[in-house]
Amino acid sequence: MEKFIRKEGLVAPLDRANVDTDAIIPKQFLKSIERTGFGPNLFDEWRYLDHGEPGMDCAKRPLNPDFVLNQDRFRGATVLLARENFGCGSSREHAPWALLQYGFQTVIAPGFADIFYNNSLKNGLLLIKLDPKIVERIFREVQTAPGYRVAVDLEAQTITTPGGESFAFEIDPFRKHCLLNGLDEIGLTLEHADKIAAFEAQHRGRQPWLFS
Amino acid sequence: MTAQTLYDKLWQSHLVHEERDGTALVYIDRHLVHEVTSPQAYAGLRLAGRKPWRVDSVVATADHNTPTKDWDKGIKDPISRLQVETLDANMKAFGAKVYFPFLDKRQGIVHVIGPEQGATLPGMTVVCGDSHTSTHGAFAALAFGIGTSEVEHVLATQCMVMKKSKAMQVIVEGRLGTGITAKDVALAIIGKIGSAGGTGYAIEFAGSTIRGLSMEGRMTLCNMAIEAGARTGMVAADDTTFEYVRGRPFAPTGALWDKAVAHWRTLKSDDGAKFDTVVSLRADEIKPQVTWGTNPQMVTTVDGKVPDPAQARDPVQREWMERALKYMDLKPNTPITEIRLDKIFIGSCTNSRIEDLRLAAEVVKGKHVAANVKLAMVVPGSGLVKTQAEKEGLDQIFTAAGFEWREPGCSMCLGMNEDQLSPGERCASTSNRNFEGRQGAGGRTHLVSPAMAAAAAIAGHFVDVRELA
Ligand code: SF4
Repeated sequence: MEKFIRKEGLVAPLDRANVDTDAIIPKQFLKSIERTGFGPNLFDEWRYLDHGEPGMDCAKRPLNPDFVLNQDRFRGATVLLARENFGCGSSREHAPWALLQYGFQTVIAPGFADIFYNNSLKNGLLLIKLDPKIVERIFREVQTAPGYRVAVDLEAQTITTPGGESFAFEIDPFRKHCLLNGLDEIGLTLEHADKIAAFEAQHRGRQPWLFS
Repeated sequence: MTAQTLYDKLWQSHLVHEERDGTALVYIDRHLVHEVTSPQAYAGLRLAGRKPWRVDSVVATADHNTPTKDWDKGIKDPISRLQVETLDANMKAFGAKVYFPFLDKRQGIVHVIGPEQGATLPGMTVVCGDSHTSTHGAFAALAFGIGTSEVEHVLATQCMVMKKSKAMQVIVEGRLGTGITAKDVALAIIGKIGSAGGTGYAIEFAGSTIRGLSMEGRMTLCNMAIEAGARTGMVAADDTTFEYVRGRPFAPTGALWDKAVAHWRTLKSDDGAKFDTVVSLRADEIKPQVTWGTNPQMVTTVDGKVPDPAQARDPVQREWMERALKYMDLKPNTPITEIRLDKIFIGSCTNSRIEDLRLAAEVVKGKHVAANVKLAMVVPGSGLVKTQAEKEGLDQIFTAAGFEWREPGCSMCLGMNEDQLSPGERCASTSNRNFEGRQGAGGRTHLVSPAMAAAAAIAGHFVDVRELA
């Protein structure tokens, strides 16, 4: 996982509430056994006018000109601005993979679904929860100011708008530590291997039927 | 000792390690694996040269991609086939307690076979790379859906890294009316608290109505906890639980059974246990539910109407409703019973158990699917459910009524196989998600109970099952 320290990037506004994981990456792309290659199919049904299937050359597909990510001014965006309950639905990790592989590094919204939140942070996609009123304000500013970029400082836990305003955000200290250092969580957990083994032995003694 | 919730007890008894900030290592007893979210996890293990921590915690099956007819012809789509074959290969290389591959008599939807095999037991922690793992909470288990990185993490360490959630109690009291099922209760709860209402919470369903539900009903309810935003839902263990588990292939027997049951009797919230939030519903107020939009929260009663976005005060809400109605091709104020259907799907991990099929069969018995319904299908949750239904003659009732009787699997719940809606088609579905494109690009999904789906198949539009009785 890449380290996430300070990043600065163009903001793309996705003005829809309850964007679900089926919309982020439709099911047909879940058939892949790879971890990469999902970027071109991010928001597939909204982004293209035709129906997408795995293996298609997305460069040749007709784009939906109304979809925000297809507008020239939002090309190269690395920050996605969204509405409440972003990422609701399934546990597919293909959703954060697709967002990251498209080029997003950060998603800002008033709220995120639990499983999606975990999956994203484990992959180095930073999710920033801000007050709905602040999100609303950023939406308005993005619409009126072309080239609107924000600076995301994970160390300081702030985002700064072009107007110089800073907003603080919360993040779990452990998750922050992992993100900042690009840590492999499995390796970290295995440092407790002895403790796990000891627990397991006791657990087996207490509830042997769980192991039969 | 302070009074504990069921969630507290399950959490406490699996806590391996806790940091000062609350980040914890939680031991996992059962890991359910299927073909869609596991290939990258096993690839990760291989890459890092790691081995599974406890192979006999793994129970696996292929369900999402498998076809529901012409099994003798195998899996047609080469990409789907590769995914299923990858699971076969990973099972061979890494092993499992038991694996039910494609074509096995016991194969089926992962959340149906776990309980059916007694591989889901009270007091367990259960995970699966699938959000509807909450289903297993019906057994007073702590069960959550996880992503692929977490699948790899659990395989390698037998633990999850997590923080304790807040606790919510949803109390439903009273008797359900005739024709009202656990599915209606689930949808009514989601309608009340919203699809993000349970975010950050572990939900315990309690009250006399819940205690009165069968295990199938409790599973339906816990299955839908994730649609209310809660990663886990649970119900206290009682005699209904034990009777269901008794005698199943992986359930304890003899002296161990007695010891287990004695422990399982403690798996309930203590009197006076504190919840962060309590929500109450009255069973006699719950009517048959039908979703009208593109999120399970967009739900109303069968005697209701499609709502009017103009009535929504919040602009984000209004815009969301307008988009949903456009996608669903519905006009505000249309009576629900005037919505005509193209397809009927009875299946999915929400409603494909024997009790669901019995309920639906009872409604269609001696009747026939309406002419405007292009396809009505029943997809049993597992091979064993299918066999049982056939023993009871339910397949005959369905086929005589014009339904297709299929092989088990996830099927049109998410249409990773051929079972899909075509653009514009409208479906009454017993599954759990009505998101845009969920059952097929451009398809329109209305979530209902099995009885309601069956009744809609016969009428060709939604009808109130209570009026059929
Ligand atoms: S039936 Fe549907 S919701 Fe259940 S596991 Fe299969 S795809 Fe997921």
